[in-house]
Amino acid sequence: MTVHTALRGAPVERTLLAVPGAHCAGCIRKVEDGLAKVPGVIAARLNMTTKQLSVEHEPTLRLPDITAALARIGFEAQVLTGEAAKSQGRDTRDLLRCTAVAGFASMNVMLLSVSVWSGAEGATRDFFHLLSGAIAIPTVAYSGRPFFRSAFAALKSGRTNMDVPISIGVLLVTALSLFEALTGGAHAYFDGAVMLLFFLLTGRALDSVMRDRARDGVSALIKQAAPGAMLVRPGGATEWVAADRLQPGDRMIVAAGERLAADGIVERGTSGVDRSLLTGESDPVAVGLGDEVHAGMLNLSAVLTVRVTAAGADTSVAEIARLMDDAAQGRSRYVRIADRAARLYAPAVHALAASSFLLWLALGAGWHQSLLIAAAVLIITCPCALGLAVPAAQIVAAGSLMRAGVLIKDGSALERLAEADWALFDKTGTLTLGRPELVNLEEVPEQDWPLLLALSSASRHPLSQAITRALVGRNVPSALLDDVAEEPGFGVRAMSNGVPVSLGRGRAVDALSTTFTNGDRKAGLRFHDRLRADCASTIERLAQLGLPATVASGDNSRSVAAALNGLGLTAQTSMSPQDKLDAVARLQRAGRKVLMVGDGLNDGPALAAGHVSMAPASASDVGQNAADVVFLADSLAPVAKAVVAARRTMRIVRQNFAIAIGYNAIAVPLAFAGMVTPLVAALAMSGSSIIVVANALRLRGAAR
Amino acid sequence: MSGLVLLIPLALFLGLSGLAAFFWAMRDGQFDDMDGAAMRILIDEEK
Repeated sequence: MTVHTALRGAPVERTLLAVPGAHCAGCIRKVEDGLAKVPGVIAARLNMTTKQLSVEHEPTLRLPDITAALARIGFEAQVLTGEAAKSQGRDTRDLLRCTAVAGFASMNVMLLSVSVWSGAEGATRDFFHLLSGAIAIPTVAYSGRPFFRSAFAALKSGRTNMDVPISIGVLLVTALSLFEALTGGAHAYFDGAVMLLFFLLTGRALDSVMRDRARDGVSALIKQAAPGAMLVRPGGATEWVAADRLQPGDRMIVAAGERLAADGIVERGTSGVDRSLLTGESDPVAVGLGDEVHAGMLNLSAVLTVRVTAAGADTSVAEIARLMDDAAQGRSRYVRIADRAARLYAPAVHALAASSFLLWLALGAGWHQSLLIAAAVLIITCPCALGLAVPAAQIVAAGSLMRAGVLIKDGSALERLAEADWALFDKTGTLTLGRPELVNLEEVPEQDWPLLLALSSASRHPLSQAITRALVGRNVPSALLDDVAEEPGFGVRAMSNGVPVSLGRGRAVDALSTTFTNGDRKAGLRFHDRLRADCASTIERLAQLGLPATVASGDNSRSVAAALNGLGLTAQTSMSPQDKLDAVARLQRAGRKVLMVGDGLNDGPALAAGHVSMAPASASDVGQNAADVVFLADSLAPVAKAVVAARRTMRIVRQNFAIAIGYNAIAVPLAFAGMVTPLVAALAMSGSSIIVVANALRLRGAAR
Repeated sequence: MSGLVLLIPLALFLGLSGLAAFFWAMRDGQFDDMDGAAMRILIDEEK
């Protein structure tokens, strides 16, 4: 998002960046002070809650310069685009304002009401009633807006929701109390009206806070593809162009280690590309003249010149984003448990209030007293406890899970997680850690290790990087080589003191192996992608919980079989993003509620389509965005833990509903009989709310 | 009784000023970065 503003005459642009790596006071200082030194930067401020950096700079400063400066400081940053970040949290702010006003008013009105209940008489009582009205009426007008708006919208489309009885109740009670206050009546219910608003708004605000957390970072969807590319103009000049301004026909130069910003065809150079972002396949493929490459692929070994064939919204990455959008539509039809309860509850409340009015009128009580009793019924039945039952339980459980390293991104995620009865896992990066590890270094003679390190550090191939990691971990020095060349599809060749050495694919066809050659000595190196800790026990635990697990992987069957050896899982392999989406859809059609656990961009559509979805924190941003729940550990245990916590939460929610209904069963007959004074209403309302919140607090240890 | 004439407006005034302070703090962005505020206190300003 870049906003043009004029500050002190000089033009200033503001850019928002996501800096996920920042986590401490030292980071704030490093980022802000480091950027302040960059010429052209006017001010930088890092928000630790959203992990977003706001940079004010001169328009001449280019975005890559900012990210490059951040990279030098040691932080990975992505430019945030789109308007989504702007409107974030506006609903919550409005609700918090309404809650604050209602809280202020209910405290002050209650102060006056207590004096009336303790025996204020005559002129004093009338004065206190009027004063209460002077506080309550503006409050109802201000804080009641969220309910009035929603009730009006529902009525206009011919439906009814929980906000309709709330609105009618509050307005009716306020109007009647005003009449009472003006005519010197004995009872005014101003305290009940504002207290009702206060409790209900508290529930709404909690709910809205949960929803905001979910929205954080949604705008970052396509940032997995490169932000731009270096273009060669016909004259030979080079120019950096942002991804959304690339045109078909442009020629871009992609250096080794860069991601492609658009789909295209290779015009010059040969290299290996890592397609794991798109397909999940861990084995890189060789590309050369005339081969097709896609946005989001990582160029591994040599410079490529690519003619762009599709850019922006036409690329394969954007296509996956579209699939995800469509898949997510189905989930938005999910009706939350509170709304399902309200559907049954609202008509019952209307019927009760109307029948009490008619009954008392028929018994000859006069319209004034009948209305007063009907209003008391409405106030008593209004779902104070019901409105708090779900959000209070969910926010306490989410807090507990967060301390255990599980982030709940969506308010309804816990409800859906509790219902899941099938688990579908991705392999690479989900069941496994997604980084290959060298198994048999000992088979290479120790005097060859420096040579091996020199060869492996010349390549960006994931297996080479694994060798480098293993050797650097043992403090092996690097040897000197001549004529180092990386051969796409094979590996690295070089000369060491006149002897040809190489590291690359030998006769073995297994994806997770490579051959090291020194002269005529050969050694096969094997790797494995280690399973996450607690993999087997988690899958067993899930089965006990009634969630049988299967695997859907984009990798080939050989790699999958090798990695999952001994877990006893059935797996489908070589699946495209569309195949995974279909697999989820097939299970859901069969009546299953699928918990999808995945990490990659290729899992995105399936994550969005699953009844509920989880991603590890090591996942791609797309994966994290599409998932409802993100877990932070290197272990798989949080998956089962979250399911258990979700089920406990729903048990508490159901208990809370039972408490709320039980309270109504006692209070409604009293109200119906006309025995509810303002004092009784106030006690009943706050009593049931406190019980419900206290019950929700039992979830504090839910994730243990 | 005459104390009420003073005490009630005083109570309302104090409550309202608290409310106003909350509104100001929200508009001013005091609650935008709760985590960062806790960390910034540890940054040593002298360089």
